[in-house]
Amino acid sequence: MSGYQTGVLVFLAFNVIAAYSVYLPMAAGQLNLGIAGFMAIGAYTSAYLSNELGWSMLSSVPAGALASCLLATVVAVPVLRTHGIYLALATFALGQIIAAVFLNLEVVGAAAGYPVNEYVSPMVVVACAAGVVLLMVFLSRTRYGLYLTAIKNDATVTDLMGVNVRGMQISAFAIGAMVAGFGGALYGHHYSFIEAQHFNVLLSVFTVLYVLLGGTQTVLGPLVGAVFFTLLPEALRASDQWRYVIFAALIILMMLLRPQGLLTASLLRSLGGRKQGMQQ
Amino acid sequence: MSATATLGNAGALAGSAAGSTASDYALEVRGLSKSFGGLEVIGDLSFAAPRGKATALIGPNGAGKTTVFNLVSGVYTPTAGTVLVNGQDITGVPSRRRIHAGVARSFQNIRLMQHLTVIENLLIGQHVRAQGLGALFSPFRLMPKHRWWKEAQQALDECGLGAYAQQTVGALAYGIRKRIDLVRATLAGPSLLLLDEPAAGLNPTETQDLLAHLRLLASRGTSLLVVEHDMPFVGEICEHVVVLNFGRKIAEGTLDEVRQVPQVREAYLGSEEE
Repeated sequence: MSGYQTGVLVFLAFNVIAAYSVYLPMAAGQLNLGIAGFMAIGAYTSAYLSNELGWSMLSSVPAGALASCLLATVVAVPVLRTHGIYLALATFALGQIIAAVFLNLEVVGAAAGYPVNEYVSPMVVVACAAGVVLLMVFLSRTRYGLYLTAIKNDATVTDLMGVNVRGMQISAFAIGAMVAGFGGALYGHHYSFIEAQHFNVLLSVFTVLYVLLGGTQTVLGPLVGAVFFTLLPEALRASDQWRYVIFAALIILMMLLRPQGLLTASLLRSLGGRKQGMQQ
Repeated sequence: MSATATLGNAGALAGSAAGSTASDYALEVRGLSKSFGGLEVIGDLSFAAPRGKATALIGPNGAGKTTVFNLVSGVYTPTAGTVLVNGQDITGVPSRRRIHAGVARSFQNIRLMQHLTVIENLLIGQHVRAQGLGALFSPFRLMPKHRWWKEAQQALDECGLGAYAQQTVGALAYGIRKRIDLVRATLAGPSLLLLDEPAAGLNPTETQDLLAHLRLLASRGTSLLVVEHDMPFVGEICEHVVVLNFGRKIAEGTLDEVRQVPQVREAYLGSEEE
């Protein structure tokens, strides 16, 4: 595998992890536009623990994920009182605040960025992305996954069925942030350098785009979305500067033709029957 | 003299609600009121639904029937009054905990999860019997022979709906969805089932199927509180009727008894002056 191919594969793996961090809360009907902020928490926490305190990656990366999870749990209580566009704006603001904090935090390099000592190999990144996919598939086969779908469909009815809707929403938001923090931590260790500017709103928006265009009805939708929108710009490289125009046009076209996403539950059922269907 | 006081049977029932024992009534509503801003939609409402029987809550459109359901199921918090289920005061109990007290409900507008299959909708209805983290994170959807699938399928089979198990709800006919909504509500094993216009939009065959279904539930000891406009349907299944108008009780008794009450006739047909 060439260096370029390896680079694309790793980029894809990070995008898959990011997509699933957005997918889980979205499965419960929450649009998290601050996912880049949670990636930054994971990245900086793991890097700091590794650089300054000598933690091994085996403990610093989970610690980064846990830090994101804890922050998400704390902020979820007030933030998840909002819904719809207000939730999107609140999470967007949260992401911006986190990025701004790291941009000014001298102990981790501030605007100059922060070199990360320990290195994680491409294969480990890919294996971790596969692990995240398997975790999400697992969750989709549990009552937890079923209840998230139910909450997205009708939170009042789900509540009357006895499901702790608020607890489920907070947990989905927190687990999503944990996955984002995990991805961010791996990102720092793989590229050996992090800067707050990387964790900007564009990263959050693109990640949401992978999920929406891949489809939120099935657990494999974010995977398909991330693969499609990672590989497509690469395939369009030959068209030079026009690739961004073509890419944007394709996104608009897909939104018009398949607003429900590339992969839907009915499509999966028709392709492979109920037993193979990964409907969530 | 109020219409309620003129009805011997109903008056006795309403009067006994205040001092009943836990075994007498599935539901007791005492002095229940609900206001939205300055608008009172339910006012000082008291009635009781006998245990193991079907009680109808009827009245013209806007009488407050669905609001009563929302107050009993916890969707709304009452402005005043108490709600007792099997003698237990559930007025302050959060809506999601009321199913543990034995209260389940169906909806006037079917509120099934449209993108999910029938059996997946039923799995959600089982929640109250699948508690704990082990149940929450068990990957049972990878196990086609898991008992939760079997129980849901069995519930469908009992109602003659087994063939629809794997179909997406959104693709089903209205009458079938109505029945599935009912099956989902029963999966928690409720002692009190609130049914909001269960026969609305059903054809005669579907209505007969529904009646058979409700009789089966009643025979198993489930108490029913039914909001319904179809009076022949009410007459078939409900032994006790409570009539509301403008959020207040205007009569209570058997269907034949309440039909004789002038206020009921006026509420449905209008006064002679009109």
